[in-house]
Amino acid sequence: MRDVYIAGAGLTPAGEHWERSLRELAFYAIEAVAKDAPQPNPEALFVGNMLGGALSHQAHLGALVADFAGLRGIEAVSVEAAGASGGAALRQAYLAVASGSVDTALVVGVEKMTDKVGAGVIAATATAGDSDYESAHGTTPAALAALLMRRYMHTHGVELKHFANFSVNAHLNAKANPNAMFRNTLTVEAFLKAGMVADPVNMFDTAPDCDGAAALLVTAQPGPVRIAASAVATDTLAVHDRADPLSFEAARLSTARAYQQAGVGPEQIQVFELFDAFTIFSALSLEAAGFAERGCGWKLAADNEISIKGRVPVSTFGGLKARGNPGGATGVYQAAEVVLQLRGEAGAGQVANPIYGMSQSLGGAGATAVTHIFERVS
Amino acid sequence: MEISRHWRLQQQRYGLVGEICPHCSGKIFPPRDVCPNCAGEAKTPYVFSGKGEVFSYTTVYDAPEGYEGNAPYTVALVKLEEGPLVTAQLTDVENGKVAIGTPVEMVTRKLREDGERGMLVYGYKFRPAVAEAN
Repeated sequence: MRDVYIAGAGLTPAGEHWERSLRELAFYAIEAVAKDAPQPNPEALFVGNMLGGALSHQAHLGALVADFAGLRGIEAVSVEAAGASGGAALRQAYLAVASGSVDTALVVGVEKMTDKVGAGVIAATATAGDSDYESAHGTTPAALAALLMRRYMHTHGVELKHFANFSVNAHLNAKANPNAMFRNTLTVEAFLKAGMVADPVNMFDTAPDCDGAAALLVTAQPGPVRIAASAVATDTLAVHDRADPLSFEAARLSTARAYQQAGVGPEQIQVFELFDAFTIFSALSLEAAGFAERGCGWKLAADNEISIKGRVPVSTFGGLKARGNPGGATGVYQAAEVVLQLRGEAGAGQVANPIYGMSQSLGGAGATAVTHIFERVS
Repeated sequence: MEISRHWRLQQQRYGLVGEICPHCSGKIFPPRDVCPNCAGEAKTPYVFSGKGEVFSYTTVYDAPEGYEGNAPYTVALVKLEEGPLVTAQLTDVENGKVAIGTPVEMVTRKLREDGERGMLVYGYKFRPAVAEAN
């Protein structure tokens, strides 16, 4: 396996894009990456997408995006792993380049959430869980997160207010990100008073589903940012099948594999784009990645160690909570944001001089975890 | 209509039929033919008692298609007496008026409906155990 680098990153605004279709969103991300890395000439395209079939009546996105972007003829497939689709697409591009099969691969994460609204979108996102034994009983992503959160609060003796700063910090960081969906201040008071989605998960605890697309160009040509590790792990699909539902086992395994591959530990990671679809996910992810002891992930938020200047900066571009959660595109946004941090291009949200950064995308309630560690080379 | 999809699950939905592992005696629900504890083949049917207690719960306000008519409703992880956790709705409780540890028992109720002329899907829900309530 040879070394793999990121030659370019392209980000587009996450939000409600009524005027743009699925294919157009994907194309704008490719245009953005072409500005960052002129003459990209990819030999393969990996599209991360979760819900094209369910929400846009459109599957087969490899051929569609290659065709629409003028890349006809190249190898192109789509990759699906629920919320981890974008991260999984990056993993495939990494493998393709590392193996020597291709020299340059393009990764596009794209999701079009707003062509349906309300209960239809919730039913589509619920397909990430176990269809026969979870969603058949009326569960949703928020409901599964709520079941974990309630049990966590009961077991570890914490309250809703102890999770507030995950969301408050995300909104604060989003102010410097022109691509973020929500750049407004969120106060602890507003967080505590928000309407319930699936209690104790409220409207400001959960990340907003939205449209979005982001792209990365992955290459064997040495450049300023190297992919130091790429790892995927899985857990039981259904939460009820886990021996210990309060441990994100897939996240723990994929992070451990990534640390081993990169030859680093959590103490070297200076920025962590974790999967904050719900605040309980943030707490459990921090524990799984070794930043906090079991039952103590919430303390990093409560003690504000997660800020840009903190010990473990997370959601530095707003995270899923404030940048927005465009499903299968999210993992590519997360990875691209770490790349910008390492290149020193994060603007007012810049973490001081990072060398290692990590992104982690989760599918379902943590059933898939894709972890990438990036290293600044020059 | 998805009739076969629901028909296939009738033993589980109406009878809480899982499996017992002939190698390690672990009781398995939902059935999966491979024991999650010892990875041995486990195809022997086992009928669960339907008794358990609430491990966690939530009241769902933003419901998916097919369930909007029931919202808000309470979904729980129920720890069955025999060991496994199962995801199911709670019924016969005022929304939110339940606690972790509440003893519950299985009952058969309507899970969802597909419009006015569509199929009604029945299956297990759990209610506070009657003996304990009296």
